[in-house]
Amino acid sequence: MQRLSGWGRTAWTVADVISSTDENTIRNTLTGVGDRGAIARGLGRSYGAAAQNAGGTVIEMTSEHDPLGVDAVLDPLSGVLDVASSVSLDSILRMCVPRGWFVPVTPGTRFVTVGGAIASDVHGKNHHIDGSFGQHVLSMTVMLSSGEIVEMSPESNPAWFWATVGGMGLTGIVLRASIQMLSIESSKVRVETERLANFDAVCEAMSGDGEDDSYRYSVCWVDLLATGSSMGRGVLTRGDHASASESDDDDPLHYDPRLRVSAPGWVPNGLLNKLSIKAFNEAWYRKAPSNRHVGLESIPAFFHPLDGVNKWNRLYGPQGFIQYQFIVPLDRTDVLRKVIETFSSAGVASFLAVLKRMGSQNLAPLSFPTEGWTLTLDMAAGIKGLAELLSTVDAMVLDAGGRHYLAKDSHASPSAVRRGYPRFEEWMTTRDAMDPSGLWRSDLARRLGLVDPRRNS
Amino acid sequence: MKNGVGVAQNIVLFGGTSEIGQAILRRVVKPGVSRLVLVSRDIDAAIQVSQELVGAHPELDVHHVRYEASDAASMEHVVAEVADAIGDIDVAVVAQGLLNEGADYYANPSSLIDLVNVNFTGEMVLLYALASRMRQQGYGKIVVLSSVAGERVRRGNPVYGATKAGIDGFALAIDHELAGSGASVLVVRPGFVTTKMTTGMKKAPLSTDPETVARIVEKGISSDKKIVWAPAPLQWMFLILKNLPIVIWRRLPI
Repeated sequence: MQRLSGWGRTAWTVADVISSTDENTIRNTLTGVGDRGAIARGLGRSYGAAAQNAGGTVIEMTSEHDPLGVDAVLDPLSGVLDVASSVSLDSILRMCVPRGWFVPVTPGTRFVTVGGAIASDVHGKNHHIDGSFGQHVLSMTVMLSSGEIVEMSPESNPAWFWATVGGMGLTGIVLRASIQMLSIESSKVRVETERLANFDAVCEAMSGDGEDDSYRYSVCWVDLLATGSSMGRGVLTRGDHASASESDDDDPLHYDPRLRVSAPGWVPNGLLNKLSIKAFNEAWYRKAPSNRHVGLESIPAFFHPLDGVNKWNRLYGPQGFIQYQFIVPLDRTDVLRKVIETFSSAGVASFLAVLKRMGSQNLAPLSFPTEGWTLTLDMAAGIKGLAELLSTVDAMVLDAGGRHYLAKDSHASPSAVRRGYPRFEEWMTTRDAMDPSGLWRSDLARRLGLVDPRRNS
Repeated sequence: MKNGVGVAQNIVLFGGTSEIGQAILRRVVKPGVSRLVLVSRDIDAAIQVSQELVGAHPELDVHHVRYEASDAASMEHVVAEVADAIGDIDVAVVAQGLLNEGADYYANPSSLIDLVNVNFTGEMVLLYALASRMRQQGYGKIVVLSSVAGERVRRGNPVYGATKAGIDGFALAIDHELAGSGASVLVVRPGFVTTKMTTGMKKAPLSTDPETVARIVEKGISSDKKIVWAPAPLQWMFLILKNLPIVIWRRLPI
């Protein structure tokens, strides 16, 4: 039995952990699973309780436990990658960037497995152009709770395919996937950085009417502690992969994602507080050039800045932290503003606050991104009154027709998911058809009622 | 399940009309709590209690289960009934208890049996049933209302003190047995609490009220603590009282 929590290090529970990527071992494990069910786990980067299963079984699938190591084959001509679900985006990048191929979508960390990326249908800074991860999966093989292995693609079995994309691991275990990679000439990103003095400026710069659609990647860091006329000021970074001739490197595809430092294990609660974050925000804002600036950045620096600090989640101390990510329709910037004001007046400091305009929704019923604005905040889990505050904000988001990102969720309620995801019941029906015995279970699923609670707990 | 900000989804109170139990519920029932079960002898009184909570939290799904706290043999069944109603038990508050202050056990020794069944025998069966369930769940918190009366059993009401001494030690040992399972026990040691149970009694030093106990319990649940005292200084007072030579202890006006 092993204690497991998500990346936010809150709400840990104990489960029986089996570490294996072997089909037969997994199938045998499934036949012995009791009432508490089973769930797959990758690198544990989901912030909340998506990859833990109190009192049940957790099948940990990372390349570390794969005798084949990084089990991936790249077709250098088409850029199609055939990859085991246990392989991380980090491994894929190490293997593919030097050969001129980039992952079609990367979240803010490269330490996620392909299985996790599909189950959460992760998105990145290019969502407004390229959509989310599932849209680049050509096909995948999934082990159902019966032990049967099924091949699915958007063409051959669309209902099951799209229920699995964003399905939080509750339809089956993704074993392999075939992914269309993105061709690149260099490992550098041409980045335009721009300081924006307040929230109106941020929204205007990122709006679809402007030039935002001419950049493949676009995201804005927002200072939630700035008040008055600077409220919501931000640093907007946008860019695209640089061509070989633009790169300043002798080997334009040279890729070196070394980890620089580790956060120590003894960081106390409260190190990241209102004062320290305010100081950081000020420095971060001032560091950005006041006028638009164009430069070259490496892949890790642009896409995965936090990965530079190994185990950065420890910075919040033992109490852990939560990440709150929601989306509201494009015309509801008023709600964004209200949410920011609510957090800011409650004195909630967020170390990371990121705003992005998302493109259109894909075919997956539980996929989070939909056309609108998504704001991501993280905050210490021990803040007083946080439960009440988040409920207030939840209501604002849902009333505006918005929703919450399940992969990061630590707080939503069963009713919030049903309101936020209009195709929820359709997903449940498909899920039940794929898993009639109700074997797949996670703590997230129990809390949000993503599985039938009456069957067993 | 517990969510990321420490709110338990499913909460059960054993001793549904206990004033301290109610005060704890007013603290721990907040947005995010879905289901509440009040287990009590007098369901009508418990329904009265729950109305205030439902008023404040309209989404709360409240269940009532009737039990006889002195019927130790029924406890397993009671826990099963609770689990049938709500599924996983995230937090169980065990606040059942009798005080019987002023009872003349010399005249009627057998009258202590009922109290011992409620405070000790029944509660032990209940704690085993809860612990067993929570071990399977892989998480969960049992809050046991003990008392400083168990720290050094005093004259006046030795029956009460002895049951509290017994259940306190038992609960801590169960917590020890649960180590590594994800489930745990929080033992709460209040001093003199002004409630209907203690009406008419002379207040002891460092007396407190149900709200204070509830605040301390709420903090205790979200920590790794095994024991909390209400109010906190009682811990130090009893460190002294416990170790006083018996000649001095017997001279104290308590």
